[in-house]
Amino acid sequence: MIATPADGRPLDLSIAGVDKSFGPVHVLRGLSVGIPDGQFVTLLGPSGCGKTTLLRIVAGFEMPDRGDVTLGGNDLLRLPAHKRPVNTVFQSYALFPHLRVEDNVAFGLRSRRVAAAETARRVREAMDTMRITELARRYPHELSGGQRQRIALARALVNEPEVLLLDEPMSALDAKLRKEVQAELKRIQRQYQITFILVTHDQDEAIAVSDRILIMKDGRIEQDGSPEEVYERPVSRFVAEFMGSANVLTATCDGSDTAACGFAPLRLAAPAPWRQGHIAIRPEDIEVREIQPAVNGVRGTISERLFRGDHWELLVDVHGEHPMRVITEPDQVHSEGEEIWLELPPDDLLVLRD
Amino acid sequence: MRNLPRWISPVSWIGLAILYIPLLAVGILSFNATRYGQQWGGFTTAWYAMMATNDAILAAAWNSLLVGVASTVIATVLGTLLALGLHRTPWPRWFRRGSDLAINLPVVTPDIILAIALVGAFAVLREWWAVFKPGLVTLIVAHATFQISFVTLVVSSRLATIGRDQVEAARDLYANTGQIWLRVLLPQLMPGIIAGALLAFTISLDDFVVSFFVSGPDATTLPLLIYASVRRGVTPEIHALSTIIVAGTMLAIIAVAWMQARRDAKPTE
Amino acid sequence: MASHLVVDGYLTTRPRLYGRGGLLIAGAFLWMGLFLFAPLGGLAGLAFAQRGEYGGVEWIFSWANLTRLAGWDEFGFSWSHLTILWRSVWLATVTTLLCLLLGFPMAFWIAAKRPAQRPLLLALVMVPSCVNLVIRTYAWQQFLGSQMPAAWLAQSLGLVPEGAALYPTVTAVYLGMVSCMLPFTVLPLYTSVERLDWSLVEAARDLHAGRWRTFRHGILAQCMPGLLAATILTFIPALGMFVISDMLGGAKFLLVGNLIQQQFGSMNDWPFGAMAGLFLVLASLVALWGLRIVSEREAPHHGARR
Repeated sequence: MIATPADGRPLDLSIAGVDKSFGPVHVLRGLSVGIPDGQFVTLLGPSGCGKTTLLRIVAGFEMPDRGDVTLGGNDLLRLPAHKRPVNTVFQSYALFPHLRVEDNVAFGLRSRRVAAAETARRVREAMDTMRITELARRYPHELSGGQRQRIALARALVNEPEVLLLDEPMSALDAKLRKEVQAELKRIQRQYQITFILVTHDQDEAIAVSDRILIMKDGRIEQDGSPEEVYERPVSRFVAEFMGSANVLTATCDGSDTAACGFAPLRLAAPAPWRQGHIAIRPEDIEVREIQPAVNGVRGTISERLFRGDHWELLVDVHGEHPMRVITEPDQVHSEGEEIWLELPPDDLLVLRD
Repeated sequence: MRNLPRWISPVSWIGLAILYIPLLAVGILSFNATRYGQQWGGFTTAWYAMMATNDAILAAAWNSLLVGVASTVIATVLGTLLALGLHRTPWPRWFRRGSDLAINLPVVTPDIILAIALVGAFAVLREWWAVFKPGLVTLIVAHATFQISFVTLVVSSRLATIGRDQVEAARDLYANTGQIWLRVLLPQLMPGIIAGALLAFTISLDDFVVSFFVSGPDATTLPLLIYASVRRGVTPEIHALSTIIVAGTMLAIIAVAWMQARRDAKPTE
Repeated sequence: MASHLVVDGYLTTRPRLYGRGGLLIAGAFLWMGLFLFAPLGGLAGLAFAQRGEYGGVEWIFSWANLTRLAGWDEFGFSWSHLTILWRSVWLATVTTLLCLLLGFPMAFWIAAKRPAQRPLLLALVMVPSCVNLVIRTYAWQQFLGSQMPAAWLAQSLGLVPEGAALYPTVTAVYLGMVSCMLPFTVLPLYTSVERLDWSLVEAARDLHAGRWRTFRHGILAQCMPGLLAATILTFIPALGMFVISDMLGGAKFLLVGNLIQQQFGSMNDWPFGAMAGLFLVLASLVALWGLRIVSEREAPHHGARR
């Protein structure tokens, strides 16, 4: 009944050409992706990008209009949600309010009529792993948000699914708790060695936990890569801006390795593929100089400076563009209104595809 | 709150007096030893004892109970199913609106209109089916007819508090449809069903107007009995009976309020 | 696959869903259709039928019931029916006004208490509404009886003859009506008063508005939704009442409810009773419609003050 091959062949998840509309709203547009067994993948994107819908299709709560979803070669779409070797941690946790914590955790095993002794053993193990053993006799409404989240995780993991889906599981937690849970998630994924698919709109969270990040936009995958790749080498303006702090500059290029920006010509590592497009540079890649640097020097005025503990963040007014964000060492002290030179090294200038 | 005009308090006490003084008067009269009239003739509990052996009163109490239980069972089953069928099916908008209207209709229509509609219906049905002659059957059917709406409204509001994620979570945890019903939906729905049934039962016990129209000579409920006894001349047993009903009603309300308060207090323990 | 729907994680099809939903709702809707919706429709038809020779119904369309209700029957014009209709509307109106006059102070009185006391007092007001109407009315009969303190007082003041009871009288009917409806007036009023924004009241006072103007613009405007709900909950049941008038008003104090009851009872003239019922429904609808107009007129007025 459950699509688990006995021969131990890897259970790769394959999503091919998946299309989904809700009425006039086209949520997923021919999305394809392969996820190898045991990977921690994060679907990252703004709300409405289709990430939750993709998750719900894998879980079995939505049927795609077109496309295939297979797990280890078995067609998942033929199976109703309760016959898929997939478990979900819901955004709301969806704990059963009328059941004690231990009965919540045991729910999946009892549904499948696992023997009582084994159920008890596995429930105990899962609760130990999630450190919720002492909560066993409580009801969900007596617990804090963080405790509920652990129960939701235990309730899913106890079934030893092939794929664990996590739908924004940390959105209800405060910042400090979130950091702890991220580390915990990573540890559990290593321990259980199963595929985790996490949906989030928080790029820090995605970077902290994932082996691989899929950045989604308008029902498509905008970029697919390791956290370092999507952070260091965004392919598009959308990714560069979504991943946080990059300075995005509008530029024109005539086919040479020099791009014309509003305030200065900038030398690039390689010619840009477009006549007009965008380049990006991370704040920490910009160097502050006292004298004009040899290449890509830009003169600007510090309009604002913020001490961030381990670094200074400067907002530098360069003529005709948005202020540039620059990050400097804590010992480099500048004052507001000061005129400085910025060096934008060609190797750090990211030519975006649009 | 703010300084209110001084006359507010006495006026409010007058309001409360209008609500309670007559009930109090009957309570006192029920212990009055005088058989005829209201002259105080000393304290007695004899009327309560007589009431407990009065065949007409016992028969009416039994009928009230029978009609209440039977109609509540019917209305609870039908009303709960209706709430479920409306909630868990993607009905088109016009159908939903129509259903809402239909469910609210018995709640807002004056009793007497419902009563004469039912009288008409039973008269027509009697042509084919003798079981609809005025009596216990018509009482049960009539009560169930207006109770369904109340059950549906209560159960629906409870259903609305059970998130869709509950069913999805159960499904995700390998539960099939039967298991979802037995292990997730019904346990959570039960307080709503019980509340709906209690409301329906109360309304049935309380009903006079509809019962007055549809009952027959050999099927008298307690409110009908009291009404009829006013016509024939009141006996002190009726005082006792009324006092017991008033006290019972109040005790029931206090019990429900107490249970509710205890349940509300639970999440913070 | 695409022809399948997924509902709560289960593969199904639209016809299957409708089939299941239809089965679930069929029982209740068949029941209500048979015993309620069809008869209510039939009632509207019955109002325009005729009473048969031996008390049955003859399904011949005629306006006769309507003209009879308006006063013309085979013996010429008479005020008797119009008086009943007018008395019903008047009684419901006055009852509503009395309930509002008592209920508004009570709502303020409860809302001014400490938060812990408010639910208790509200329950105190609501509890009598759960006691059977017949018993409450019967209780009034007893209380107003000739040998009870209220009657002694009236007798010694010379308001009623020696040894007389205080019912059946019009006053008794009003007492019964008000005590029956009052809980349903207080509840919605209290909900409004509890949420009152007192800064607006103080603003009105600061502008040196008189007591009445402060009340009118500072308080009444804000309580409009509760006031309307209270009016509806009081007026419409009062309009269809027949127990209280019957038990406390005597044989000559007839209301539409009593008229209907007579036609379906001793008179055995169902078509005419149905016509009286139709009047009751229409009068209720007119009242609802009128109150809706009031609320729409008040709504922008109210909004502008926020």
